[in-house]
Amino acid sequence: MSYDIIIVGGGIQGVATAYELAKRKAGKILLLEKTFLSAGSTGSCAAGIRAQFGSEFNVSLMARSLQIFEHLAEELDVTNDFLELWQGGYLVLAYSQAEFDGLKERVKVQHRFGIATEVLSPEEVAYRFPRVNIEGIYGATYHKRDGHADPLHTTFAYGEAARRLGVEIRQWSPVTRILVEDDAIQGVELADGTKEYAPTVLLSAGAWSTALARTAGVDLPIWGEKHEILITEPWERVLDPMVISFSRGFYIQQRPHGSFIMGLPPVNPVKWYDPEEFDFGPNSDFLSRMSNEATHVLPFLAQVNVVRQWAGLYEMTPDHHHIIGPVDEVRGLWVAAGGSGHGFMFGPVMAEQLSKWMIGEPMDIDLTPLAFRRFKEGKLVVEPAVVG
Amino acid sequence: MVMDPKKVIICRCEDVTLEEVREAIKNGYTSWDEIKRLLRVGMGPCGGKTCKMLVLRELAAFHKKPIEKLPIRPTAVRPPLRSTPFRAFLKEEEL
Ligand SMILES: Cc1cc2nc3c(=O)[nH]c(=O)nc-3n(C[C@H](O)[C@H](O)[C@H](O)COP(=O)(O)OP(=O)(O)OC[C@H]3O[C@@H](n4cnc5c(N)ncnc54)[C@H](O)[C@@H]3O)c2cc1C
Repeated sequence: MSYDIIIVGGGIQGVATAYELAKRKAGKILLLEKTFLSAGSTGSCAAGIRAQFGSEFNVSLMARSLQIFEHLAEELDVTNDFLELWQGGYLVLAYSQAEFDGLKERVKVQHRFGIATEVLSPEEVAYRFPRVNIEGIYGATYHKRDGHADPLHTTFAYGEAARRLGVEIRQWSPVTRILVEDDAIQGVELADGTKEYAPTVLLSAGAWSTALARTAGVDLPIWGEKHEILITEPWERVLDPMVISFSRGFYIQQRPHGSFIMGLPPVNPVKWYDPEEFDFGPNSDFLSRMSNEATHVLPFLAQVNVVRQWAGLYEMTPDHHHIIGPVDEVRGLWVAAGGSGHGFMFGPVMAEQLSKWMIGEPMDIDLTPLAFRRFKEGKLVVEPAVVG
Repeated sequence: MVMDPKKVIICRCEDVTLEEVREAIKNGYTSWDEIKRLLRVGMGPCGGKTCKMLVLRELAAFHKKPIEKLPIRPTAVRPPLRSTPFRAFLKEEEL
């Protein structure tokens, strides 16, 4: 069988791009997923969405992504209840004067793109968010349109909409090899030995992309980094914003369903390039570190019960930005991976802009600085506001 | 007596009915992993002890395959197995 485009990987990136391509009538599309949609990092993530970044590039992208999220239910013919879209804002806490000054610089950039972030003194934080312990806080920034969504339902909604537009989604179908001849894409080979052909292959397999790209002779600098996260029993709504600190690394949110979800970056991050190395087992110190941070900043949490913890992978790149766009070395090979801990929130805008790029339409936000060639050319992209 | 699938609760923790499960299967969610993530069956405190088998039986009927032949991802053990309050994990110096 032959297709116009084969997409490898059914996380937010692959599925949203399949939808956007189909919407632009890009041809016959096949999406291949190793297990089921959302099974990778997307399904293990906290799904926070924020426009509070520091570089013009990221702020402009996230300003657009927020707009997409705000209209996504309509676009995909579901409801906001189904997407569990919650816009209770992000409250970013500063634990030193230098950190606070840095946040304020970023707010200037955000304002230029219409992101109405507020700068709050510790007293204002205490007044507006009485659950937050302001001990050690120098100030905070708050943007009320930030929030979170359910990553599983968001991916499923994109998947259903893509299918309605004719995309073939095949689950439980691991790709083992990308087929290349004379430096041009032929298609892919599956674990059962079958082959599917297309002149264009989009690799969106998250942290698994590196191993797959190697089968095409391409060495992507994307590695998996284990991040742990936990969920509590549900409570009535007591916390509207996602509460985060870049310097301490924690993020804590309450889902519409009532549970609290929270995480912390690893103490000694390890770089995994090969899926054989991926390890999702619990680290013994995570629960105690998380408990200390969580009950310090939100003391009422001491009484809340933890139900479950798990781990997932941040798909990291050397400059913490996606690798997105064509790979010069192999004609017809495209990559969209490496969200570096924020690939969920960027998913919709990356999918929208990438689909335009792939069909040769002008992009509204130029993604070309994120192409793989930036590493050869030594043009890394810098972002000051990241967790972990 | 035939039971009304709207009234048959498959998952007590999250209040999911047999009808919702059948509807999901009809809409293309044809594995335990997907149905769990779509409907939250098995995501409550019991971790799927009763509902999982019931959903697998529905899937087996749909695929006309024995349960052992259905696609499924091996499940990880995700501690803590019983709900535990945060204060139980605090390091000593914080108590
Ligand atoms: C604990 C944690 C918290 C996070 N919090 C946030 C957050 O708050 N906000 C945010 O924006 N991001 C967050 N992230 C990051 C986010 O999860 C990822 O950046 C994003 O989900 C990546 O999406 P993706 O589609 O690129 O990759 P993935 O979701 O990993 O999708 C890749 C898919 O490819 C499939 N695949 C792998 N190998 C093959 C193969 N050989 N053949 C076919 N398919 C294959 C996998 O099964 C998987 O479904 C978090 C991540 C973690 C781990």
